[in-house]
Amino acid sequence: MTLFIEQCLNGLQFGLLLFLLAAGLTLVFGIMDLVNLAHGSLYMIGAYFAATFAAWTGSFMLGAVLALIATLIVGMAVEVIAMRRLYGRDHLDHVLGTFGLILFFDELVRLIWGSEGLSLPLPSWLNTSVQILPGVNYSAYRLAIIAVTVAVAGFLYVLVMRTRIGMLIRAGASNREMVGALGVNIKLLYTLVFGLGAALAGLAGLMQAPILTVQIGMGENILILAFVITVIGGIGSIRGALVAAILVGFLDTLGRAFFPDLLRMLLSKDAASTAAPALSSMLIYLLMAIVLVVKPEGLFSASHK
Amino acid sequence: MTGPLNVRNIATVALLAALVLLPVYVQLGGDRFMLTLFTRIIILALAAVSLNLILGFGGMMSFGHAAYLGIGGYAVGMLAHEGVLSGFVQWPVALGASALFALVIGALSLRTRGVYFIMITLAFAQMAYYVISGLARYGGDDGLTIYKRSEFFAPINLSNKVQFYYVCLALLYASIYLVWRLVNSRFGMVIQGSRSNDMRMRAIGFPTYRYKLVCFVIAGTLCGLAGALLANHTDFVSPGIMYWTRSGDLIIMVVLGGMASAVGPLFGAVALLLFEEFLPFVIKLVGTPMFGDAAGRASEYWQIIMGPLLLLVVLFARGGIDGLLSQMHRKVRS
Repeated sequence: MTLFIEQCLNGLQFGLLLFLLAAGLTLVFGIMDLVNLAHGSLYMIGAYFAATFAAWTGSFMLGAVLALIATLIVGMAVEVIAMRRLYGRDHLDHVLGTFGLILFFDELVRLIWGSEGLSLPLPSWLNTSVQILPGVNYSAYRLAIIAVTVAVAGFLYVLVMRTRIGMLIRAGASNREMVGALGVNIKLLYTLVFGLGAALAGLAGLMQAPILTVQIGMGENILILAFVITVIGGIGSIRGALVAAILVGFLDTLGRAFFPDLLRMLLSKDAASTAAPALSSMLIYLLMAIVLVVKPEGLFSASHK
Repeated sequence: MTGPLNVRNIATVALLAALVLLPVYVQLGGDRFMLTLFTRIIILALAAVSLNLILGFGGMMSFGHAAYLGIGGYAVGMLAHEGVLSGFVQWPVALGASALFALVIGALSLRTRGVYFIMITLAFAQMAYYVISGLARYGGDDGLTIYKRSEFFAPINLSNKVQFYYVCLALLYASIYLVWRLVNSRFGMVIQGSRSNDMRMRAIGFPTYRYKLVCFVIAGTLCGLAGALLANHTDFVSPGIMYWTRSGDLIIMVVLGGMASAVGPLFGAVALLLFEEFLPFVIKLVGTPMFGDAAGRASEYWQIIMGPLLLLVVLFARGGIDGLLSQMHRKVRS
């Protein structure tokens, strides 16, 4: 039972982390109609920045804040230099162009930081466990991730639904020419939105950094998960991204933890241990397939066309 | 007006002939490595030609095409691992498995369009990647060594490098011919019509979903053949051959070569792989007199040039090499 609660919290934490990535992806797609494969690179860069700045300043928090700002700046620079030229083009151009950016960033990181991974040690006050229920201890850091992501989700909700910038973002998503015609600086708005998406990806990266090693290619696997989430949740919908991210986080974590045992009950021990790793990694894709059959536009489709 | 004698056609024929003559050059004392390199180029060109059928002519932006390379390759590898060496079993299984996977994936993903389609094909291909990585019996992450190549009847011996080269080349040319015939048939017209305007095609009574699905399955099957060849070529198969960056490479080949022709992807594959192979040398050669040792180090990081270059191709040379050749023709005439 303890294990189950722990795994549920792990699932929630992973799901919320994925939400940060998927939210940026879906925001950029919903507003700029841009498929950004390089989103995972920004996640990776956030993690590298955090590890570097934390080592320089000697403070985890200061390093994290600096990394967040640096990723935001990198994101806006990428938008101004490259992405801006891709708007309004074919999706195939987006895919190819941002694929080129992935190659570039992977190699740039190798050039600056080398091929070996970095690690980001946790400060002692986060590297403990907290008693959440009588007899159940849970990592303080993972709880902190949950708290931060919930706060960010709330911030995003307020930003998009309750502020003037959010209003412009939503207006830009439904009709960009009209917003531009009304005198809004749409270029600046796009740069800001892209920077926001980059910062969200960077935040996910820097928070994941102490749990995993910081290495080249770390953004690629998680990017695919973020894609699955945006497809399940409906492209362009932040609410959909949240629901789908938590679903995927739970399914992936619980699947890996308990599916092998479940399989062992059904099959012989030998067959189960052969098939389990392969099958448990399929679960989220099966979920995606089911959603596609039932609702091809995703659970919360933004465009009601 | 494009007569039979224009820059594009001449370049095409020259490339096709050069590929036929390459082993002769190698036999006459050329670099033996060229044979291995070009066998690889030809196999990947076959995969790119198959992708172009759906991407270029069908407008279906599949980002999971490398999955079939893996499925075809693993069909050969797994059967060889279990002691089934006959190519008459291995290859049909490779084709059949790829076709089946394409049927399932296609049936699901063709329900959607545009960016959904890109992401879904990508996700399903990654699923296949993870499943294969999880198969401990067949090497898992580390891959599977193939100790004997597929066996066919007496005169054909795939272990002979020159013979294997010609088998690959013949299959590539046959595939290009097949794709060319296909896109110019009634079936191909429906596919291309649906790329331009799917709703209109349906309105005049074509069940485009079924047409596209068949097209998707044909492309997957052809790519599975490339996978079987690739496994035989490297005598090894690992999940790496179906990683999503490989799908990206295939798309690059198609776009680089030019999507509007059946031969285009061959140009793209030759250009991309030669570029990959020789760019580090070129950086070293050109850079060393100017920058000294730094150029040698920079040549290790050649992808840093490759990435932005790709972006530039996307921005400024959409027609690809094929388009460029046609343009040259037009300039010469005017």
